[in-house]
Amino acid sequence: MTRLLRQRAPTDDHPLTKLILGSVAIGFIALFLLMPLATVFSEALAQGLNTAVGALHETDALAAIKLTVTVAAIAVPCNTLFGLAAAWCITKFDFLGKNLLITLIDIPFSVSPVVSGLVYMLIFGLQGWLGQDLRDHGIKIVFALPGIVLATIFVTFPFVARELIPLMAEQGRDEEEAAVSLGASGWSTFRRVTVPNIKWALLYGVLLCNARAMGEFGAVSVVSGHIRGLTDTMPLHVEVLYNDYQYVAAFAVAALLALLALVTLGVKSLLEWQFAGEIAATHSH
Amino acid sequence: MGVTLFYLSALVLIPLAALVIRPWELGFDGFWAAVTTPRVLAALKLSFGAAAIAAAINSVFGLIVAWVLVRYRFPGRKFVDAFVDLPFALPTAVAGIALSALYAPNGWLGAPLALLGLKVAYTPNGVLVALIFIGLPFVVRTLEPVLAELTRDAEEAAATLGATRLQTFRRVILPSLLPTLVAGTAMAFSRAVGEYGSVIFIAGNLPGVSEIAPLMIIIKLQEYDYAGAAAIGVVMLGASFVFLFALNALQSWSASRR
Repeated sequence: MTRLLRQRAPTDDHPLTKLILGSVAIGFIALFLLMPLATVFSEALAQGLNTAVGALHETDALAAIKLTVTVAAIAVPCNTLFGLAAAWCITKFDFLGKNLLITLIDIPFSVSPVVSGLVYMLIFGLQGWLGQDLRDHGIKIVFALPGIVLATIFVTFPFVARELIPLMAEQGRDEEEAAVSLGASGWSTFRRVTVPNIKWALLYGVLLCNARAMGEFGAVSVVSGHIRGLTDTMPLHVEVLYNDYQYVAAFAVAALLALLALVTLGVKSLLEWQFAGEIAATHSH
Repeated sequence: MGVTLFYLSALVLIPLAALVIRPWELGFDGFWAAVTTPRVLAALKLSFGAAAIAAAINSVFGLIVAWVLVRYRFPGRKFVDAFVDLPFALPTAVAGIALSALYAPNGWLGAPLALLGLKVAYTPNGVLVALIFIGLPFVVRTLEPVLAELTRDAEEAAATLGATRLQTFRRVILPSLLPTLVAGTAMAFSRAVGEYGSVIFIAGNLPGVSEIAPLMIIIKLQEYDYAGAAAIGVVMLGASFVFLFALNALQSWSASRR
């Protein structure tokens, strides 16, 4: 032991420091992250697995799951296409207002989700700019699927773009320019050169985008109108059940969402460990 | 490119314009009155105050977590590292009901804390706990890459010159981490100010005591007071921008002094 101590490099912490700081870090993570997660599963299974699974088979729960999947199935492809287009523009061309575009992309991250929902109410809500016209024509946006999709797209659109921009900026334009000079068309350059270079980062962005799209609460809560069985997504259904004191059912739906989060984390880490170089270096949201 | 700009303006610029224009139908006095009622002021104070305290706590523990994850080697380190992202991946409503059950008077943590006379759930303390939960990864994830790239030359030099580890940390490591630490803390803060889902379940939402600003927006909307809701939204947005602007100014000022 003393030999080990003596061999400690001068830039290494004292073993006691390591022990203390390590315990503080692990303790903090266990207390603030692990325990809430454990609570979700423990509460969901409080009356056994069958009760929990049964709660997921109730009509309203099934409707909420279906709505959540539908919303994500629309919002995620939209934002994937947009993210690709935005990253492509920003990194492969020079144009006026580029910095403005980059700032705009980041806005949903710095705005409260409730404000994100609010802006759509101000436009499409009954007392919004277009509310009266929409009602006259019998078009429903808020308190219906289109509003939920719009709010979800707004909240999740930075994910793909933000993942791609640093990577594509780093890769530069040389390969594309070479392809074009060899006679490739714009589309085949994009398909054969750009996409293979960014596929893992793209997958990573889509994954995060999907997790957020399925889990979004604040923005969707504002525009959904909370019509049970119709406009309640899974997170909103969790709220309804919880406020109804149906704790087991609430935590059962919550556990399903938590599983989605864990799968997302798992795949995300796998991508990071396998393809670290092919995904941009820093990730902060 | 045209498509990108169109998509962005349709999705972001027009809605934001609606937010900024709408409250002024009340006139300046009406706007001022809407955001200075005692209930709204208390909510704004709680949102910004609790976010600041949570960010401060996260800056300390986030630094320790990042340090341990980057510098120490222990079994399961990769898993702990991946797990730090949980608050990013877990839907906020799920976090909200979980924290609320955990800290409720009969919960795993709530019961022992109640014995100590400390109430967390359904008080402003609960708001703080939720904001610490969602803010931690911002600090850790911002610090980690910078900490990993920090070369040990300067630390070795400090050690040869007879500095203790603590002195090295305070005089050599911390100064070079400070801009990143501030940036990460600021991100945690601005996320916490607007946070809704993870907070409302544990907050108890007592008017004037544990209501947060985003909840006030929802309440105003439910009262069909769209202009009032937009007014609170504008104040939150404005305060966040002023904060970010001040922070950028501070950082460029400190960079220019070096």
